[in-house]
Amino acid sequence: MIAVDQICFRANDLPEPWTLKTYESLGGYKIWRDILQNKTDPVVLLEQIKNSFLRGRGGAGFPTGLKWSFISRNNPGQKYVVCNSDEGEPGTCKDRDILRYNPHQLIEGMAIAGYVMGATVGYNYIRGEFDEPIHRFHEALKEAYAAGFLGKNILNSGFDFDLYHHIGAGAYICGEETALLESLEGKRGNPRFKPPFPASYGLYGCPTTINNTETFASVPVILEKGADWFLELGKPKNGGMKIFCVSGHVNNPGNFEVPLGLPFKDLLEMAGGVRNGHRLKAVIPGGSSAPILPADIMMNLDMDFDSLAQAGSMLGSGAVIVMDETTCMVKILARIAHFYFEESCGQCTPCREGTGWMSRILHRILHGEGRKEHLTLLDNVAENIMGRTICALGDAAAMPVRSFIQHFRSEFEYHIEHGKCNLSGHHHDRN
Amino acid sequence: MINVTVTDTVFELSKHDKAEIDAWVAQYPLEHKRSAVIPALHIAQKANGGWLSEEAMKAVADYLGLPQIQVFEVATFYSMFELSPVGKHKLCVCTNVSCMLNGSDEIVAHLKKRLKINLGETTADNKFTLKEVECLGACVNAPVLQLGHQFHEKLTPEKIDALLAELE
Repeated sequence: MIAVDQICFRANDLPEPWTLKTYESLGGYKIWRDILQNKTDPVVLLEQIKNSFLRGRGGAGFPTGLKWSFISRNNPGQKYVVCNSDEGEPGTCKDRDILRYNPHQLIEGMAIAGYVMGATVGYNYIRGEFDEPIHRFHEALKEAYAAGFLGKNILNSGFDFDLYHHIGAGAYICGEETALLESLEGKRGNPRFKPPFPASYGLYGCPTTINNTETFASVPVILEKGADWFLELGKPKNGGMKIFCVSGHVNNPGNFEVPLGLPFKDLLEMAGGVRNGHRLKAVIPGGSSAPILPADIMMNLDMDFDSLAQAGSMLGSGAVIVMDETTCMVKILARIAHFYFEESCGQCTPCREGTGWMSRILHRILHGEGRKEHLTLLDNVAENIMGRTICALGDAAAMPVRSFIQHFRSEFEYHIEHGKCNLSGHHHDRN
Repeated sequence: MINVTVTDTVFELSKHDKAEIDAWVAQYPLEHKRSAVIPALHIAQKANGGWLSEEAMKAVADYLGLPQIQVFEVATFYSMFELSPVGKHKLCVCTNVSCMLNGSDEIVAHLKKRLKINLGETTADNKFTLKEVECLGACVNAPVLQLGHQFHEKLTPEKIDALLAELE
């Protein structure tokens, strides 16, 4: 076990970590009080976030300070901060634990963001299935209001910040920021054309900044301990700690908050290694949208945004899905393809038609009805989705298809040629 | 094709339901009551026994002062909203990658055998509905299912048996 300075999970081992009492015992809301009492210049706070190299924890890894600087603080009119807790990227389950165990740190982070950008209202969009996290966050909001940390003229500072929760109802696409805004406005979750970007035309047409739960929750600790401290925890341009959700074929699956840049082999060891003494076959390192990488590449990789990008994949949301030697790649890819087909909003033809087409082809290959030309066809459909849709769901559907076939082509060919799996020697059952 | 089920039953939002919807409406700017449509549909679905009849959706539209189509199009978009009757207990089983790698096939097969229904079906006594869902976001405790407000994690066939016994 490595020594860690936990950030988002710093309260997890304490009794009732979700309460205001516990959070304050860790120094919680101290930064928020200081900012309000000293009327700290927002520009100073923004510089600290920029210098920390905090990058978006939701999947894209966009520098948070830069994103915040797109909002013109002094422009008149309503502005909003919105938190994306619509955690739905397959393999990802970290925001759920932040909401359950450390909701006050998220509230403090959002309030500070509001102060920096001159936004007086915030919403936290939580996926509808997360009943317990919704409840915990809502209770924490009530506590924060009662303690005077939210509302009008907070701690007599003259600054107002109202924060609310909002719930979804089951739609992966609402994790896409403009679909989330549509959903928050009470509409179907159809992503919007960009530009205009949310920083100029966001919620209700007002300037809006949307960040992931883990991103906002990192902010109070960065400001408390300093940008340099945060940056030095990680690697250059990859500041801080990151929560990795290690699932799949490991002995001890779990959420691990570790420094960015930790070698994958160390993370695997923290998760107890590959189950049953099996050999590692492949890893999806950043949620189902991230291209898969074979074991030999993964075992020499560090877990940070730039290292994974250089290896042809991405850090994404930090969902690390581990697969051992018994895993049929055709079956896994068919399931992933089905997911994107289910979740496509249907707005753009390449995605609406292409996701279904890829899913159907993969199911045919899986069930012994594959044809030789199918692999070329899959690649062609994937290529024609990529870059031709309003949002990134199209690319997210295409990238797994291309990467699975690139790295495990022979398995797909075996399925097509023999009509069965080279691992089990059997046909796969239909559900 | 999405079919909306029309029934003869009258649906009305109770005083309590309306108060709950009001609390949501108060969160949004006055001119953006529409933002409360998803929370209001959750409330109506609960009040209507776990699904949204056309009457239930109309009641939400009326109460929020929205054209019915704006409510219908939301209800038909999101997977948590049911447009036909469901059993008393809706078992939503995740079969996405992390759950699949940890034996969700076995969990689904066991549930199908025990309940004698397929995915997407309801038992004849209207007690159970079995539904396949996408990632529930509890992947490190796979396999997972959702029942009502609760997640049941690290599932095994034995745990399923115990859960079903509790619900019987």
